[in-house]
Amino acid sequence: MLWLLGRVGGVALLAACLMGISVWLTNNIETYYFLVLIQCGIAAVLAVSLNLINGITGQFSIGHAGFYAVGAYVGASWTMLWRPQLADNWPWLATGNLSGDILNLLIALVLGSLAAALTGVVVGTPSLRLRGDYLAILTLGFGEVIRVVLLNIDAVGGARGLAGIPTLVSSGNLAAFWVFGLLIAVTTLTRNLMRSTRGLTWLAVREDEVASDAMGVDTTRVKVTAFVVGSGFAGAAGVLYAHFFTGISPDIFGMDVSIMITTMVVLAGTGSVTGAIIAGMTLTALPEALRFLKDYKEYRMVLFSTALIVMMLTRPQGILGHAELGFGSFVRLANRFRRKERGSAA
Amino acid sequence: MSDLLVTENMTRYFGGLAAVSGVNLRVAAGELVGLIGPNGAGKTTVFNLLTGVYVPTSGKILFDGRVANGLRPFRMARIGIARTFQNIRLFRMLTVLQNVKVAAALRARQSLSSAVFRTPGQVRDDMRIHEECMRLLERLDLAQYADSRADSLPYGVQRRLEIARALATHPRLLLLDEPAAGMNPNEKSDLMALVQRLRDEFSLTVLLIEHDMRVVMGICERIYVLDYGEVIAEGTPEAISGDPRVMAAYLGTEEA
Amino acid sequence: MQSFLQQAVFGIQLGSLYALIAIGYTLVYGVLRLINFAHGDVFMVGAFVCYYACTRWLPFRDLSADPSAATSNIALAALVLVMAMCVCAALGVLIERFAYRPLRNGLGVADAHFWGLVAALPFALSMGKLTQVVPLAAWLAIGVIFGYTLRPVVRWIARRSVRTTSRLNALITAIGVSFVLEYGGLLVVGADPNFVPNVVPEKVYQLPGGVRIGTAQLAILAVALLLMAILRYIVVYTRRGKAMRAIAHDIEAAKLMGIDTDRVISFTFALGGALAGAGGALVAALTHVKITPLFGLLPGIKAFVAAVLGGPGSIPGAVLGGLLMGVAEAFVAGSQYSAFRDAIAFCILIVLLLVRPAGLLGRHVAEKV
Repeated sequence: MLWLLGRVGGVALLAACLMGISVWLTNNIETYYFLVLIQCGIAAVLAVSLNLINGITGQFSIGHAGFYAVGAYVGASWTMLWRPQLADNWPWLATGNLSGDILNLLIALVLGSLAAALTGVVVGTPSLRLRGDYLAILTLGFGEVIRVVLLNIDAVGGARGLAGIPTLVSSGNLAAFWVFGLLIAVTTLTRNLMRSTRGLTWLAVREDEVASDAMGVDTTRVKVTAFVVGSGFAGAAGVLYAHFFTGISPDIFGMDVSIMITTMVVLAGTGSVTGAIIAGMTLTALPEALRFLKDYKEYRMVLFSTALIVMMLTRPQGILGHAELGFGSFVRLANRFRRKERGSAA
Repeated sequence: MSDLLVTENMTRYFGGLAAVSGVNLRVAAGELVGLIGPNGAGKTTVFNLLTGVYVPTSGKILFDGRVANGLRPFRMARIGIARTFQNIRLFRMLTVLQNVKVAAALRARQSLSSAVFRTPGQVRDDMRIHEECMRLLERLDLAQYADSRADSLPYGVQRRLEIARALATHPRLLLLDEPAAGMNPNEKSDLMALVQRLRDEFSLTVLLIEHDMRVVMGICERIYVLDYGEVIAEGTPEAISGDPRVMAAYLGTEEA
Repeated sequence: MQSFLQQAVFGIQLGSLYALIAIGYTLVYGVLRLINFAHGDVFMVGAFVCYYACTRWLPFRDLSADPSAATSNIALAALVLVMAMCVCAALGVLIERFAYRPLRNGLGVADAHFWGLVAALPFALSMGKLTQVVPLAAWLAIGVIFGYTLRPVVRWIARRSVRTTSRLNALITAIGVSFVLEYGGLLVVGADPNFVPNVVPEKVYQLPGGVRIGTAQLAILAVALLLMAILRYIVVYTRRGKAMRAIAHDIEAAKLMGIDTDRVISFTFALGGALAGAGGALVAALTHVKITPLFGLLPGIKAFVAAVLGGPGSIPGAVLGGLLMGVAEAFVAGSQYSAFRDAIAFCILIVLLLVRPAGLLGRHVAEKV
């Protein structure tokens, strides 16, 4: 079990470093940039989680905001609705102190992710029988149904939503730790999966479902699992969002958000994890440059959509395609330029 | 010699049309059996029934004595039936080695969580699969293509890869759907030798759909002839080549 | 809660509008197997054309002040309908030509010029609205220059791209177009709701059974039926219509038979656009709902569900589906679950896709293994 100790030790060390960095960042970066940074991190998590469903397993899901919403709402419900009822009996559930905040955030994360993962099962199972564009429309439908349902539940505020959610994420200046910790976790787990033989079977399902079936891959299980894991991570992102930005309402989780996340995955290259991270961050940070414009939100959507159209017309496999951006690819790129030069000189 | 595969009265309707009707097959362990017939006779449908893509409307499929009707395709693969496809269905963007590894994943000893958390057990299992697959590629003369994308290969190599992939599932029964299609005579000879060698080396039972009579007569020990979904003849290559019913099915009868 | 019959009447009105839009979806799906996500926004443009025509462009007279103007107003209203249909037909053709066709045929010179004009828009708009001379001229000039500079770029892309005609890519493009129309519309006309005033005389008749029917509803029904009849004639009896049906069956075979598939596909989009535009104009002028650039999204999705319900590719199916969707929504709206009136469409969609993806009148084509 030595490796387990090594692993746990490594993770603990990484966590400690990340916490240190987080505290430093919170105190040394202007608030506005910090907000953008956090949003970039959350967007990256959403992009990577969707990439698991779309890019890796090849199921085109465009209702991802639904899972995001479920996570946010369930997490916030814990903190604001259920926890106060339990805190009377169990005073260690109180917020306001660092340990209480962390504990409650962890509980919210677990509940939110599980709820979102469960929703993933509900959405993923019926989607099994559908392919391509029908599947896409079905997931879009589910995303909207979730939003409409949330709109009509008065206990979580209906159209106004929940406000005044305790900022558990920012407690102890750990906001960056939580968000980027989640991002690192999601990325690492996804990359581990993709390097394994198991992960290959997921790619095979994307390539040719009939052939995968014939080769002994339980395609149903793969597809549903992808949905569950992808939605669970999106739910975790939602919990963090709710407990950082203190207010959530159904219109934050509408179709336009789903489309934006899909755009990120498509633009980067379906199947590329690093691409999803880069795209998530870039597409969140870049539009900030336009914030000075009067109709900022509309301009952003128009640019997104136009970029989507242009991408589809020119390079539908995305900028990175199925490749990953790592150290090796820079070396390969440099080699290609060197070979071209030598060729022209010869 | 025990019967590995038995079908009793296997029938499959599509709407009102019987694609396959009352088919009785018997394949003993270790045999190399051919399935021939004119286009549209229902040969691939038989394969699809045997691999679980379609469920028989009526009749039974018995594999190794146990009923195998209505099992999902991946379960059919797990009990030991593997196939290749009439139109090549490789995992086009994956490499040759990756294609084979996917099939080998069937016998993997790693759960999802061990893969996600990269436990030492999972890493070892991956290495084992890697070596096993490389050895398989070597046996099929594909090792030099190991890291090439499947869709970049020449046609004949792709067909060989499909067979390699099927073999990676450790099957007991191998269904080959027109493996010689599109090949020139040299390649076909190589293929014939390959199929026989594989049957012996891997202790397989082989059921083979083919149109090229030289291939069929050359390696099949027994042949079933299908026409309009029904078995119209069965026997050794010599018996079949002289059977008037078979000739009528392929060439038509003279108008009296 | 209103009476059963009243809800049914409302349902039929709603249903005939959905049917008009649904036909556009099903036509396009039939020939291209593409879900034209932007179709609901074409409907929205039709409504806006109607709005501007009724309030600014055409000399409608105030009926409450001058009741004798009824006939001229009705004539003008017919003109508005035709205008909306023409504009939306053109829009449909434009969308097909520059967003969907390049996916089939690759990028060409015309695409370079189109995108040149698009890229020139922000520069021209910064000088002022396009209705003025200077920005308009600047737009055209800069647009043409950009177009020529984009030509080699387009050629380079066309050489290097491997076209995988994936229906998914087309769907993503369609979603992109939809959003461009919606949010672009928000930028151009703003989010303020617009209402078309009463331009045609509207009387309400009391029928036995406590049912009230207005001339507006009768007009909607009449126009819808007329347009559907014309469409049926075109599809069944004209050569273009037969070509459309041939393409829907097998596009490759149609090409081999000498059918100019690109032109017929454009024609299909024109037809669908025209019907959607008519629907938009009818809704705007006769139901007086508030019109914003985003208001086409929801009816579009509901009409899409109607098309799927009826069977994608089947025109009678689209009509049937539209009516069913309209009636279902009317009943939900009139019941105690009225908050879920929009969700009912999605629920029907989900159930439908799971139970019978081929729809009521469609055929399901299974994948050949």
